[in-house]
Amino acid sequence: MARRSTTRIIGGRLLQALPVIFLATFIVFSILKLIPGDIAVTLAGDNATDARLDEIRALYGLDQPFFVQYGAWLWKAVQGDLSRSLLSGEPVIAAIARQFPNTLLIVFIAIIISLTVGVPLGIAAAIKPGGVIDRLVTFVSSLGIATPYFWLGMLLVDLFALRLNWLPATGAKSLSVAPLDAIQHAILPAMAIAAGGIAAISRQLRASLMDILSSQFVRTLTAKGLSPSAILWKHGLKNVGVNLLTVTGLLVNNMLAATVVVEAVFAIPGMGNLIVRAAIQRDLPMVQGVIFAMVIVVILVNLITDLLCATIDPRIEA
Amino acid sequence: MSDVSIQRPPHVIRRWLASHIAATIALLVLTFLVVLAVAAPVIAPYAPTAQDANNMLSPPTNLHWLGTDDLGRDILSRLIYGAPTTVYACLLAVGVALLIGLPVGLIAGFFGGKVDAVISRVIDTFLAFPAIVLAIAVTSALGIGLTNSMISVGIVFFPQLARLVRARTLIVRQDLYVEAARCFGASSLHILWRHVLPNTIQPVIVQVTLLLGTALLAEASLSFLGLGIQPPNPSWGAMLARAYQYMEIAPEQMYSPGLAILITALAFNTLGESLRVSLDPTSRGR
Repeated sequence: MARRSTTRIIGGRLLQALPVIFLATFIVFSILKLIPGDIAVTLAGDNATDARLDEIRALYGLDQPFFVQYGAWLWKAVQGDLSRSLLSGEPVIAAIARQFPNTLLIVFIAIIISLTVGVPLGIAAAIKPGGVIDRLVTFVSSLGIATPYFWLGMLLVDLFALRLNWLPATGAKSLSVAPLDAIQHAILPAMAIAAGGIAAISRQLRASLMDILSSQFVRTLTAKGLSPSAILWKHGLKNVGVNLLTVTGLLVNNMLAATVVVEAVFAIPGMGNLIVRAAIQRDLPMVQGVIFAMVIVVILVNLITDLLCATIDPRIEA
Repeated sequence: MSDVSIQRPPHVIRRWLASHIAATIALLVLTFLVVLAVAAPVIAPYAPTAQDANNMLSPPTNLHWLGTDDLGRDILSRLIYGAPTTVYACLLAVGVALLIGLPVGLIAGFFGGKVDAVISRVIDTFLAFPAIVLAIAVTSALGIGLTNSMISVGIVFFPQLARLVRARTLIVRQDLYVEAARCFGASSLHILWRHVLPNTIQPVIVQVTLLLGTALLAEASLSFLGLGIQPPNPSWGAMLARAYQYMEIAPEQMYSPGLAILITALAFNTLGESLRVSLDPTSRGR
């Protein structure tokens, strides 16, 4: 019985994710259509030869109707062909495969930092609402939301790399070649983007813990004579697990966005480096490829989070 | 709420501010920003592009209170001239988001059914994109520059407003006065404009205030990356991009623009949160 419903939940979620993925491909493709004027001229540059213009028109099928172009693009994308960079000629998918791991490592470490700092802060704040710790946590999380990540990154480089010389200031190492080195290079950028994550996690945990601690069953437990800390550890935390998981899942989206900017500070060859360079030089296939890869990762993470939530808490229906 | 709402508005606002110190400070900061934005040429000691060849990358002195950048330009003056850029950028982005988000949300919530299902799915999809990355992509297509980049940010922000307006409209459209208006033969457009829209405005005001802060951070990020404002025009994000290049010899360059962004974003967020608590009856007493 339980097993069957789990498969049904998974199936249901997958079916829900499909239209979102489909619409996402449509949005990604439509970005091209926002280019004002003759797309081929814009993409090829002002003094391109006629041959080059024809080449670009053929590449995009610009002489075809919109939906034919979209269909052709989608068909190739499904097969893993995201076209080639207009600048280097490199297949877009190869560039993404090379640089995405650097970005994902930073996001992964940032999530770990956010959880290890944010969870204790959120609990401490919820234990005594309105107390000194609570106010401090609220203040710090307001700062975490209002600070530009890249500026925080610069301050971290200034302090930890240039002044104290503890960690490397720039660059990235491959995780498979030199794991320790790779993590060292990823720590400062991860700290820079973790500020927002710490803020989000501590706020969410504080709010949901307070909700639970003021609910009926906790009142019953108090009446039974259970101490507040026992209630918190035994019942409070068990019930906020789903909320915490949801916030963490949503953070992946924010952190991918934040990394794109922060990578510039640390000169990391990741997705940010790819898309910013491509965006300035109007290498549209590369821009489309990067954003497509990112949205797919976000949708998959959301899907996994949903499934985990449904597994933890059977009350959640697909 | 009821004892307050019968008093005259200025009094209500004054009373609200008196009991919300953080919101008052935030409002003062934002008023100061607007004053700077309007009167930058009067207030700034130097022109934003004036170069002092004898003082490049100078630390704070009597001549240049916050020092100068690598071209000998007065940092304080560029900071002040960054205010109009900030105000323009934030208003543009949020204006675009409102222009798209309000009607889309109203239509989805009011007509419901298939229309709502399709629009909601589109909104969900937009929200799945990491916001600033989508803004970068749209900016690339439209062409880089401050105006285009902030239009892109507005396009990326619209789903947040649309979702909010939709949810609110779904509730409002079942209210008695909407029913009554419909019975009297009012057109859908009339009902939307006169009855539904005014009743969705409170949460929208809160969200807009918060979005202004997000828009500021987006502008700073995009200008830092070179996709927003182009040199020699001043923007706090662009100042940080220059400071970054000279970080090893003049790290103090990056303090003031970063603080300006932080304080302004904090002001928008604080005001927005205070408004949320005051306007939302369910979050009273938290």
